[in-house]
Amino acid sequence: MPNRTVDKVAVEARAASFKTRSIKKESKRQGLLMVASMIDLTTLEGKDSAAKVRALCQKAIQPDASLPHVPPVAAVCVYPRWVSLARELVGDHGVMVASVATAFPSGQVDLPTKLADVREAVEAGADEIDMVIHRGAFLAGQLQVVADEIRAVKDACGTAHLKVILETGELETYDNVVRASELSIAAGADFIKTSTGKVSPAATMSVTLVMLETIRSHFLATGQMIGMKPAGGISTAKDALHYLAMLKETLGDAWLTPQWFRFGASSLLNDVLLQLHRLESGQYTAHYDVTES
Amino acid sequence: MSPSPKTASKPELDFGNAWEYAAAPEGTKVAIDAKYGLFIDGEFQKPRSKRYMDTVNPATEEVLAKVAIANQADVDQAIAAAKAAFPKWRRLKPSERAKYLFRIARRIQERARELAVLETLDGGKPIKESRDVDIPEAAKHFFYHAGWADKLDYVFPGRKGAPLGVCAQIIPWNFPLLMAAWKIAPALACGNTVVLKPAETTSLTALRLAEIFQEVGLPPGVVNIVTGAGITGAALAAHKDVKKLAFTGSTDVGKELARNLAGSGKRLTLELGGKSPNIIFDDASIDQAVDGVVQGIYFNQGHVCCAGSRLFVQEGIMEEVLTRLQVRIESLRVGDPLDKNTDLGAINSIGQLATIKRYIEAGNSEGARMFQSKAKLPKQGYWCRPTWFTDVQPSHTIAREEIFGPVLSVMSFRTPEEALTRANNTPYGLAAGVWTDKGSKIFEIASRLKAGVVWCNSYNRFDAASPFGGYKQSGFGREGGRQGLLPYLELNS
Repeated sequence: MPNRTVDKVAVEARAASFKTRSIKKESKRQGLLMVASMIDLTTLEGKDSAAKVRALCQKAIQPDASLPHVPPVAAVCVYPRWVSLARELVGDHGVMVASVATAFPSGQVDLPTKLADVREAVEAGADEIDMVIHRGAFLAGQLQVVADEIRAVKDACGTAHLKVILETGELETYDNVVRASELSIAAGADFIKTSTGKVSPAATMSVTLVMLETIRSHFLATGQMIGMKPAGGISTAKDALHYLAMLKETLGDAWLTPQWFRFGASSLLNDVLLQLHRLESGQYTAHYDVTES
Repeated sequence: MSPSPKTASKPELDFGNAWEYAAAPEGTKVAIDAKYGLFIDGEFQKPRSKRYMDTVNPATEEVLAKVAIANQADVDQAIAAAKAAFPKWRRLKPSERAKYLFRIARRIQERARELAVLETLDGGKPIKESRDVDIPEAAKHFFYHAGWADKLDYVFPGRKGAPLGVCAQIIPWNFPLLMAAWKIAPALACGNTVVLKPAETTSLTALRLAEIFQEVGLPPGVVNIVTGAGITGAALAAHKDVKKLAFTGSTDVGKELARNLAGSGKRLTLELGGKSPNIIFDDASIDQAVDGVVQGIYFNQGHVCCAGSRLFVQEGIMEEVLTRLQVRIESLRVGDPLDKNTDLGAINSIGQLATIKRYIEAGNSEGARMFQSKAKLPKQGYWCRPTWFTDVQPSHTIAREEIFGPVLSVMSFRTPEEALTRANNTPYGLAAGVWTDKGSKIFEIASRLKAGVVWCNSYNRFDAASPFGGYKQSGFGREGGRQGLLPYLELNS
């Protein structure tokens, strides 16, 4: 059987079709709450500090004190050195601690260093590890190298959940995205994730659809569910609802939960909160009415 | 939070309502008169027949309006008006004719929302389609042909074209406004005048188009619109002053018209039925191919002459394709055509619903295996679930005859030669689809498919610049593009 391929024109047209779904009123409210609960609230900056992580964790636990029905987000996502602080801060509020490891975002170090990075994060209390694949090896056709690394990282994760970042902006073609997705799933990924957020383009609807369809193929063939995380570039509630519509119509009800779907984003949450304020009050709220994290 | 264990039974996706879209009905209110007359000589006139028929919303079975039934006297009057308007219209400066066409196109765009709602009310198609396809495409056809009006000397190099005179045009109910545009725009661009008869179940948007003709000041008599059923159409076709007949509709009626016109000297173009093949090779991008197949057969409830109603799948990927097809079809949203999230609307008429049901019965009784989506259907109105048959043999009725509904017949093939033989083994030849990631295969197969349109890794794509028409019993003549001007021009030698 030939490799699975993707028709670019058709998949982009299909992805765009979800943007015409009309999501209003109660459906919008429910969707926004669902989006909030699926966010991996992220800070991955050179300038991250303890104060920043504190603000992030507080926002994650209680996104908006004036909207008490908004659930905590799914996870906070930080560099390994901030994991223990984050762990302490989120406590038992039901927010996971995710950490990028494996020399995020480039992954340009040798495997032992990557594994050390992973172990550090896991030992500090990370529930989830977001690794980057070796894109250099992938594009050089050394798929085995890529797969072996993922397996090694999976081992190092122990019970922590593994999200594998493909960095689709560097893979460039949808055919590559399919191959990298299949390879990651076979090597033990619990989630596949589009991007680091440091390379443009980051997540797009069409690349996410290609990955969702790969997850669907795997599920239909094996019955095993794999999670999906588009990350980077999703900053508006409207965009997020379109992703949700795409998820609903591609993988169905079982995936409509933070257990199987995440948004990797930093500014999305506040737009969701603004929209929820508007639904509550019927009026637009100023951006300064929601808190920075 | 670990992946679910591998299960023994066939894994199924659940397209339920964990998160449901709220009803999103298109809110634009459209005024509909209680009664519509005939559009003759630039005016709406009461029919001399004094007779009217009901036009019904197929999604609710409500009567929307009464529409005139034109009799012989009405048809005579309309043709007389078109004949009287012809000398002046043909001599009008071509760039002036172009201006009228541009104005019509722009006015269609300006009134797009209203036209889309009306199209959906009268015909049952989803608002998503009337909004995104029917109305914009109708405007495009006027824009496109406006461009040709003053460039006709360049259409067929070295030859000059002259208009024919009065053109009679009879259109179907599946794309009412769009088909009116396909017919009227080239005829006017070439300097002809027109009498158009819309289908009896879907006259309202053509009558709105008549209002637009008034708004843009189109000279009276250049386009006349007579509503009615088959008898009106027959009177129109038989009229001695008609120089050309353009018909889109069923093959049976097309044949009858061809017989009646034989020897009359009238020109004729026919765009008739189809049983178009969609061929998926094992090297295709399967998810996109399945999307395309679904689009190809369920677009407009399958009321599409070029619908990809025969699906040929290479044997090795049959199971994979069927699994995906089912998943994709289950995600289709069937119901209120005015809801912006509806994918499949209502069947156009009670008569067509009966036809579709008859074919579904034939499929079952002849031994094919039927599947239908689990979509919940509204209580009122005419509805048919998206349906597909597997284990279809080439000799089955549902593999031979046009159903014109949301019913797909799935068959297999083993080699490219077999695919070609089976795909071409049909009395029709309107369209075909080829799905493969391999470019050389596309060229090989497409050049050997006997069909007027061959789509490669896509389906149901239309463009005013691209000619459309059939082989064999799918008719003759082309619409759109340069080729579509030819039927409306007399070329000097």
